[in-house]
Amino acid sequence: MTNTFRIAIRNLTRYKRRTLLTSLLITVGVLMVILFSGLSGSFKAMMIGQITDSNLGQIQIHRRGYVSAIDTFPLNLNLNQESYGKIEHILKNHPAVAAYAPRIKLGAMLSNYMETTNIRLNAVNPEKEVKVCLAVGDRIVLSKKKGGFVGPGEVIIPEKLAKGMKIKAGDTVVIVAHNKEGSVNGFNFTVAGIIEDVLGPQGKEGYMHIEDARALLRMEEPEVTEVAVRVENFNDLDAVYTNLQSILSEQKDSKGKPVFEIHTWEKLSPFVSVANMIDLITLSMKVIMIAIVLISILNVMMMSVYERIREIGTMSAVGTSPGKIMGLFLAEGFSLGLISAMAGNAIGLTGIYLLSIYQIRFSFGRMENLLLSPTVKLTELLWLSATVLLVSVFATLQPAYKASKMEPVDALGHV
Amino acid sequence: MTLVRAEDVSKTYVSGEVEVQALKALSFEIEPASFVSIVGPSGSGKSTLLNLIGCLDKPTGGDLVVAGKHVNALDRKERAAFRGEVLGFIFQSFNLISVLTAYENVEYPLVMVKNEPKSIRKGMVLKVLEAVGMLEQKDKRPDHLSGGQKQRVAVARALVARPKLVLADEPTANLDQNTALNVVRLMRSMRDEFGTTFVFSTHDPRIMREAEMIHTLQDGRLVLTERGSDRRKTND
Repeated sequence: MTNTFRIAIRNLTRYKRRTLLTSLLITVGVLMVILFSGLSGSFKAMMIGQITDSNLGQIQIHRRGYVSAIDTFPLNLNLNQESYGKIEHILKNHPAVAAYAPRIKLGAMLSNYMETTNIRLNAVNPEKEVKVCLAVGDRIVLSKKKGGFVGPGEVIIPEKLAKGMKIKAGDTVVIVAHNKEGSVNGFNFTVAGIIEDVLGPQGKEGYMHIEDARALLRMEEPEVTEVAVRVENFNDLDAVYTNLQSILSEQKDSKGKPVFEIHTWEKLSPFVSVANMIDLITLSMKVIMIAIVLISILNVMMMSVYERIREIGTMSAVGTSPGKIMGLFLAEGFSLGLISAMAGNAIGLTGIYLLSIYQIRFSFGRMENLLLSPTVKLTELLWLSATVLLVSVFATLQPAYKASKMEPVDALGHV
Repeated sequence: MTLVRAEDVSKTYVSGEVEVQALKALSFEIEPASFVSIVGPSGSGKSTLLNLIGCLDKPTGGDLVVAGKHVNALDRKERAAFRGEVLGFIFQSFNLISVLTAYENVEYPLVMVKNEPKSIRKGMVLKVLEAVGMLEQKDKRPDHLSGGQKQRVAVARALVARPKLVLADEPTANLDQNTALNVVRLMRSMRDEFGTTFVFSTHDPRIMREAEMIHTLQDGRLVLTERGSDRRKTND
């Protein structure tokens, strides 16, 4: 086997320029995939982190039917105290759940005494909310108290709205809202801060304290619109979601239908389309790389067999078995793929390392000064290398088979 | 015991509707450790006969026994194994593998065919390279060797696995007169040293006179079998 590979490597060096060009082509293909996967994967992970950590949470639990009507903030689809208690009990005892936070979503009228406009509000328990959305505080661009979030009697206003109505931190505003029975109520609030927008409709909501929302909406019992959940390990998100879905589905109403519905961030954020597009482009890059490897190796091996017909005849004449002749050509294709994959990995990793040092600064939507620091997983590199090797061997199969099937007398007589 | 026995061996090539009878009912025998020449004009069937004896091709008629084996009955894989075990080849164009050194070319059959361990291989290769006078050039690649040196390496490669029979198709055709004579004399000395049977084809009267037995072919028929010494006497 060692000798087969030794001869195979020598054969590759026989046509140096051809081997170098083919290897370079494959190396560039591998390099592009590594760089693109690293950048796009990191971009995706960062954006998902931004979205889930700054406003959405990783998982949300609602009363069944709420999400399909979410645009109207239907207060009649809130969870009552008993339902929330059941959810809280499940989440508190689930080992994979790191934190959860109850929220009330409401639409209201905001007035600065001169103008009035609509506002979407997210009423939260600040202590619990910052454990689920770790970066929500980072979005507050102007605050009357440093590093603080929303407290009782306070409201945080979305940046765009604050700019339009010339509202500053520390100003007093009036918020008026209808409750589910239709009666109207209003309170004065102090503007605790201005919050920047993030991607998606839920990224343009203001914040108030959950107790203020209950008072404003004159709730007789403490209702909750949704429960946002953070898991211990984001990589386990799908497994935790499936597990929670199965537990929650046991809760049925009088008609035997599930009381709750549960969604991951993917079902709640429009960024999932961007994420899917990124995955599709990454897959396309990989398909292009596979095509490059397949075509270039097939071409070089077919030429190699054609140019060495007499040599194949000689090998066969001295008694080399057809299997060994086939093995020799397969070893050449494999070696070419291996060398190229190794070179591509080495250059790709260097590129990723350099990009992680000199981070890329960019803006996405209204999010500015985002720093992209690409990484690539070892499993991704192994997968990529295995694909290149597999495709290399596959591309060599036909020429190698042709070589092994040559009759020595015909091959020796070839001119 | 006879090394090669041919009885009514024939070979017909079919190309479309045209049939060409390259060999017509040849019968002859070759004794072990003999030095035999096949001679005849171009197209007389010399190469075809060597291909059949060398199991590179199959007869279309008759019976051919090489080293006790009825080679007509062997399939591709068995013929390859048989060639590796019993036969050695020397070609007109040397057919050395260009990426391998002289040493590695000679070592090739031991590695790829015989699977001999490295320690044993080394001794066998060095011995045969020394015998053909190529020990000092052992690390050179074929493109750094002269025609005569290449053919010496080819002789060494043919002999290294200790075959019973070495077949050489026009081994001196690409060499000048003196080198050609040297190569044939080298082959004969190798026969003397290793006891290997050599069968070679040639046009060259000076070369054919070196053989102990000469088979003359014409139009695919064996027209004359004579001793080399008789041919030498006639020419003298």
